[in-house]
Amino acid sequence: MGWYNKRLAKSIWVFHISGSPCNNCDIEILDLLTPRYDLERMGIKLVGSIRHADVLLVTGIFNQKVAPKIAHIYKQAPKPIFVVAIGTCPTSGCCFKDSYNITAKREDVIPIDLYIPGCPPKPESMIEGVAKLVEVLNG
Amino acid sequence: MSLLTLFYLLIFPGLLFTAVLGLSVGWVDRKLSARFQFRVGPPFFQNFYDFIKLLGKETLIVRDSVQSLFIAAPLIAFAALVCISALIGVALFFGASFIGDLYVLMYLLMVYSVMVILGGSATGNVYSSIGAGREMKLLLADELAFILVCLVPIVKAGYEIRLSEILSAQQLGGAFIASPSGILAFLIALICIQAKMALPPFNIPEAETEIVEGPFMEYSGPPLAFWKLNHFMMYVFYPFLLILLFLGGFSAGGWGVLWFILKYLLIVVVMIIIKNTNPRVRIDTALHFFWNIAFPVSLVALILAVLGV
Repeated sequence: MGWYNKRLAKSIWVFHISGSPCNNCDIEILDLLTPRYDLERMGIKLVGSIRHADVLLVTGIFNQKVAPKIAHIYKQAPKPIFVVAIGTCPTSGCCFKDSYNITAKREDVIPIDLYIPGCPPKPESMIEGVAKLVEVLNG
Repeated sequence: MSLLTLFYLLIFPGLLFTAVLGLSVGWVDRKLSARFQFRVGPPFFQNFYDFIKLLGKETLIVRDSVQSLFIAAPLIAFAALVCISALIGVALFFGASFIGDLYVLMYLLMVYSVMVILGGSATGNVYSSIGAGREMKLLLADELAFILVCLVPIVKAGYEIRLSEILSAQQLGGAFIASPSGILAFLIALICIQAKMALPPFNIPEAETEIVEGPFMEYSGPPLAFWKLNHFMMYVFYPFLLILLFLGGFSAGGWGVLWFILKYLLIVVVMIIIKNTNPRVRIDTALHFFWNIAFPVSLVALILAVLGV
């Protein structure tokens, strides 16, 4: 798998799910994909369909209404697939942690490989997170 | 099937050559598009990495789809494209052809579009079927003008329906693009190819922001890899076809090879410039353009060619 993972690390196609966020992280993700940061130079591309994705970028607290949908979307993705949780919400719940509709453990919904905390994280820190994922894939 | 035929199909003008050159030219496309947007762009081997990665991913098949068709469509399209590139390449580089090969070529070109339509509608996904329907309308739109335009070199070569006769007529009397009918036909052919490759402004069937890749939405893993490869292979044989029909083909001696590469790159760069400077048009705008503007112009080109201009 090592040889394949090295190829995978050079061509990461991301799909973006918003799991009931406050929308700030989503706007930062859109910033991340603008020409200013130019992720295509690292082979990263935003795709519109979950069937093409290698990495899921999830944001938000996964409230009880959205959690089954996220699990469903994860099942629709072709494996191997990696999940990158963006923002403080999937990490710790942020200011919504006492909310009545929050999913207590986000890891029960989908397995999360990487957390990028920040409210919202800057595009630079997201790039750093993805670079760490690439490092892990490269072994 | 002799060994030489296999070589033509699988190695030189066929599969291997077209695939490798197509993925490399795909890099030129992505890099130039990036430079248009003031970005750096991907590294040279990006398309190769993408292809290898997709080959290793899981293939998901939709339960409600027509499963055999879903898997067969990209492979049949790939086979058709390999045949097309072998046909064009053999005529271009070795001067070998048979009577009526341009007709065979047109049918094979249509096989690709038909496979996109079948593969898209086999999935049972709403967006995919919308994409398939749009592909069908686009095929109806561009096919008429494209066939008329392909008749112009036939007429100018003295009513010969052989690619090698078209080439030798151009080597004797100069490239067809140097005449008024030739240049009209070339321009229309360039736009038709833009539509056949589903590049902007005619990327209506795929329209990422609207119907998320259309017919290819439900594809994953190796079948998707083949759809991507099919798309990049078209960057090779469509410019080759234009060079063959209008720009005088290929000659091995002297500056011939360099001149051929220049012609090829010129067509590719013009296609990429059109792609990057035009927004996507609606399907009715595309139909209006091809039937009300491109069709009369190509008819004029054909009449001029019959009159010998």
